[in-house]
Amino acid sequence: MHDLSLDVRAGELLGLLGPSGSGKTTLLRIIAGLDFPDRGRILFGSDDATGLPVQQRAVGFVFQHYALFKHMSVADNIAYGLNARKRADRPAKAEIKRRVGDLLDLIRLSGFADRYPSQLSGGQRQRIALARALAVEPRVLLLDEPFGALDAQVRKDLRRWLREIHDRTGQTTIFVTHDQDEALELSDRVAVLNKGRLEQVGTPDEVQEQPASPTVLKFLGDSVEVEALVEGTGGQARVLVNGRPTPVAAPANTIGPVKLYVRPWQLQFAEAHDQHLAGTVRSSYRSQGRQRIEVEHLDGKVLVVEDFDGERYEAGRAVGLRINGGYVFA
Amino acid sequence: MSDVIAPTFAAREAVPPASAVAEGRAVRWGLIATAIVFLALFLVLPLFTVFAQAFSRGVAAYLDAFREPDAWVAIRLTLLVAAIAVPFNLVFGVAAAWAIAKFEFPGKSLLITLIDLPFSVSPVVSGLIYVLLFGSQGLFGGWLQENGIQILFALPGIVLATIFVTFPFVARELIPLMQEQGNAEEEAALTLGASGLHAFLTVTLPNIRWGLLYSVLLCNARAMGEFGAVSVVSGHIRGLTNTIPLHVEILYNEYNFVAAFSVASLLAGLALVTLVIKSILEWRYSDELAAGARH
Repeated sequence: MHDLSLDVRAGELLGLLGPSGSGKTTLLRIIAGLDFPDRGRILFGSDDATGLPVQQRAVGFVFQHYALFKHMSVADNIAYGLNARKRADRPAKAEIKRRVGDLLDLIRLSGFADRYPSQLSGGQRQRIALARALAVEPRVLLLDEPFGALDAQVRKDLRRWLREIHDRTGQTTIFVTHDQDEALELSDRVAVLNKGRLEQVGTPDEVQEQPASPTVLKFLGDSVEVEALVEGTGGQARVLVNGRPTPVAAPANTIGPVKLYVRPWQLQFAEAHDQHLAGTVRSSYRSQGRQRIEVEHLDGKVLVVEDFDGERYEAGRAVGLRINGGYVFA
Repeated sequence: MSDVIAPTFAAREAVPPASAVAEGRAVRWGLIATAIVFLALFLVLPLFTVFAQAFSRGVAAYLDAFREPDAWVAIRLTLLVAAIAVPFNLVFGVAAAWAIAKFEFPGKSLLITLIDLPFSVSPVVSGLIYVLLFGSQGLFGGWLQENGIQILFALPGIVLATIFVTFPFVARELIPLMQEQGNAEEEAALTLGASGLHAFLTVTLPNIRWGLLYSVLLCNARAMGEFGAVSVVSGHIRGLTNTIPLHVEILYNEYNFVAAFSVASLLAGLALVTLVIKSILEWRYSDELAAGARH
């Protein structure tokens, strides 16, 4: 991990997004006190938690593979953190039972108190793991790829459900994911990590509309690189592709050849007099009301165009493409 | 279609093999028979012989073997040695398995190799090590003599030799089990505020309990039955430093076959009981392992 500074706001749901090996889980474990940094500090509010052992950090941690206690019932799992407290701080038996009941209601598994983890589905286990972490009323809830081990459908349901729980409890939450969709759907803010560096922090809209670097841009979705030229300065600056101006905003203080990154939906089929690029259709397929067409550019580069499902584009057809948007980095 | 295919099948009339690895009937029965004959000849027959010999002059003669005070001393000594060596190896085994399975440290593979050492060294050599260390000509022999401490030809020597020979059992059994289970549950317990000890007692121990019981059982059986290493360090002092296996050997060398086999039947009985409990544990334990794998 490289030096980074990340400020998490109270009550927010922050998504740590990055490819595998980007350091997001390490960062989460450092916050939890499961791993320790070589240098740097961890602050909870104004309290320095850097030297605190994991037990005293008051974090709730949810693991990718649930890490439920196999030999304990669901109720005992949830009550574990309360029962582990010193006698003086431990709530009375009846109080623990009531809290476990409330949490089971919250995760909508009320009838499951006496079951064992092996009798539950993956989604149910992860909900129990969340209830167990919430039981100790943590200052911050940390979720490490919480839906990573679940089927696509269950994952979608649980995402929505987690957002609901967060809205209801207002619990400050950091979750780690490598799934862009998940991060963009769930988070109040997204922190994009790559190779141990923090690339950008912002709302889902911000990171999508103003990616801070090519890395962020590439990680958040498909894109193609196109050779472009910046001409003029100040208000007159324009980004040209093959001599034709594009609507892309030129970066300040840059002139000459640049790389233009274009999303599939920013490409449009166009007539010869209106086109920036030309090529032949290589293949196409339809999915969910959209058509994705791969076009081989004259220089051999493959462009992906996304089009609403209208006209079919057969392989071999010569087409022209117009660039309606894109990103240039200084 | 079907009237084209049906005759083809009918014409063949062959039963498809149950699976690709299934062998012909002759091969199958041949293998089974070989295994049974082998088992009968090398395992069941000797076991039967032990009991047959022990009871060859009737129950009274069998019981006579245990009326001898030396036999009782041997039994008590064996129990005492096991009672010291097994708990020691339990603690050592859990500690070593914990260290190896849950942490990375330099010299880890060396430690794993060292744990296996007693399995690869002849028990006689294991005994001789202690003679070289604590014997009167040994490394610490002089110092021990000056201070009047008796290790060889006494209980401490027997216990040391037994611990040496049996210490791989617990660690060997627990290392793969703990490695498979990983750290996640312990980490979960710690984040929930549990102290290391509390996490160990409430999470780690329950997760390894069957494996632990199983390994303690095997360790105990070996501790009580160990002959070679103990024979070297015990000095064979009748009524003092003879364990059950050594007592059996002495009786046998004195041509007192009934008594020898009577006492030997104790060890054989121990083996049978161990086997039964082991099977029960394996049945429970495989259940738990499967639950771990499903997880």
